[in-house]
Amino acid sequence: MKILRFLLQKEFRQIFRDKTIIAMMFMMPTVQLIILPLAMDLEVKNISLSIVDRDHSSYSQQLISKVGSSGYFKMVSMEPSYKEALKYVERDEADVVLEIPAGFERNLIREGKQKVGLSVDAIDGTKASIGGSYLNAIIADFTANLEINNKATTPTNYTSKSFIDVTYSTWFNPLAQFKYYLVPGILVLLLTMIGGFLSSLNIVREKEVGTIEQINVSPIKKWQFILGKLIPFWIMGIIVFTLGLVVCWLIYGIVSEGSLLLLYLFAAFYLIAVLGFGLLISTISDNQIQAMFLAFFFMMIFTLMGGLFTSVESMPDWARNISNLMPITHFIRVVRMVMLKGSGFADVQLEFFYIIVFGVILNGWAIWNYRKTA
Amino acid sequence: MDAVSLKNIHKTYDKGNVIAVDDVSFDVKKGELFGLIGPDGAGKTSIFRILTTVLLADKGSASVAGFDVVKEYRAIRNRVGYMPGKFSLYQDLTIKENLEFFATVFDTSIEENYDLIKNIYDQISPFNDRRAGKLSGGMKQKLALCCALIHKPEVLLLDEPTTGVDAVSRKEFWDMLKDLKQQGITILVSTPYMDEANLCERIALIQNGKILSVETPENIVKAFPVTLYAAKSDNNYKLLTDFRNFDAVASAYASGEYMRIIVKDEHPDSITLLKDYAEKFGNRNVEIKIIAPTIEDNFIWLSQKEANH
Repeated sequence: MKILRFLLQKEFRQIFRDKTIIAMMFMMPTVQLIILPLAMDLEVKNISLSIVDRDHSSYSQQLISKVGSSGYFKMVSMEPSYKEALKYVERDEADVVLEIPAGFERNLIREGKQKVGLSVDAIDGTKASIGGSYLNAIIADFTANLEINNKATTPTNYTSKSFIDVTYSTWFNPLAQFKYYLVPGILVLLLTMIGGFLSSLNIVREKEVGTIEQINVSPIKKWQFILGKLIPFWIMGIIVFTLGLVVCWLIYGIVSEGSLLLLYLFAAFYLIAVLGFGLLISTISDNQIQAMFLAFFFMMIFTLMGGLFTSVESMPDWARNISNLMPITHFIRVVRMVMLKGSGFADVQLEFFYIIVFGVILNGWAIWNYRKTA
Repeated sequence: MDAVSLKNIHKTYDKGNVIAVDDVSFDVKKGELFGLIGPDGAGKTSIFRILTTVLLADKGSASVAGFDVVKEYRAIRNRVGYMPGKFSLYQDLTIKENLEFFATVFDTSIEENYDLIKNIYDQISPFNDRRAGKLSGGMKQKLALCCALIHKPEVLLLDEPTTGVDAVSRKEFWDMLKDLKQQGITILVSTPYMDEANLCERIALIQNGKILSVETPENIVKAFPVTLYAAKSDNNYKLLTDFRNFDAVASAYASGEYMRIIVKDEHPDSITLLKDYAEKFGNRNVEIKIIAPTIEDNFIWLSQKEANH
């Protein structure tokens, strides 16, 4: 115990001596939590629109001003011909071209129907499909409110169409803002970086500098050395998690709906799992560059597949399976459920079980590997 | 009982493709200052790693302080002080913190064995609060030696402690080793510098993983079996190439101011023979004499014999 205490003392001394790391530990949660959720928004806005109006009637003017006032579109140009409007798309200056044909108003009044052309730049698939459907919705709304249609549906006309009107109610995130989705996920990302990567780099550094040689010939036992490495990062992780929760509350007013105790319980066990992961990386790598590269590889996969930005449920089956094999996925799910929905332990006990299993497997594997190599 | 003993130790790397240690056996007596002398890549570090129990030999047995390196490695770790060839203390901790850390690891304190390290520690203690990474090479060596000594080891294993250290610090370092020997500590030290071999009580010459000879430095020199000639001229390089083409010369190699020459058949007037030959090829101011062999000459002799073998 005395040796372990001294190892911890040494470890903390080294961590606090490295000013860059300390600064990063406190900068990271604050900066990431403040900047990322504000900058990243999956809601599609500011779709650049190029319009070809060949009718120049009052109806076409009404349609254009309706589109313009919706707030989603930014008019880039008015072109006399479709060909010229398409040039804007080619130059990436417009995302959508709306073409109103000649005789738009006349055909609407006389024949009760008229086609408009929509051409969408589909390089950014999300923007294209969402932008296209916005325009569709606006045009549908426009037709519904046309004077001529309203006249046609006077009470005398019994053939009025019946239709289903859908009303939405958004739960747990009333304004359906992306930040509520993102913020809990970033908290998890922070823990992963500190627990998984900082710890692995630290252990590999001992290998690289050669100090592990000196430790190996001393009576320090391997479990003491490993615990001496993991405990400081566990504590750091909990501190950064707390800091992150404070930032959430100060900046976004997000206070956990569920119990804080439950959140910390999960954080504690999740950290053990990722620390095992960090230890595993360190047993595979001989130097910090290798460890860095490995860590970066997994970080990319974790960030993009762990359900941080996109929903795991909407992934293809195989991808969902991979995603479920990563501890980060489960912890992100739990943090969202507890923080935003106020879920209790009973709701997330399956995830708790998963995290325990990950902890056992990763740590067991790492220790087995560590014994073999050193 | 011998402090260190190796019997038929083999070690290969790369699935047997690289032979690092080839059937090495030698013993170091208690209280002895023993040198392991050989060029880079001779297998010195592998031997040290086997003795410090961090590397397992493929074949053979070894013991340190009477304990087997495989079965009783825990007992060895408390009794051995090891200083690796590469500086491997915590660069971001200060001198004092490093020393305290290693003292605690061995369940002791700086004060407990202070008299052992006093002479060395006094030289670096003015810089107690300086981080180890910011020390000069010589000071780093002294700190590393202090850390290796802090638990009063029975056996001190020093892997190339003087490599990359200036001449003054090297001399100081050897003086310190002599002091430690006075206190009854067995020291096994490796070095690539032949001139340091004379400072050891006994030495083992090692090359390509094989032990060439284990003897006292005096006996190794005495055992040199042939007459050694030294030669120089205005153009040493030309002289050397000329001698190498001479049928009567067994070997010729450069060594400082005078090159060394060994002839095939001993002859009372070999000197005139060599001189005449050299002058015939236009070498001027040729000077040839008989010279007493050094450890280095012996090493070259033995390794050439080994190569022809």
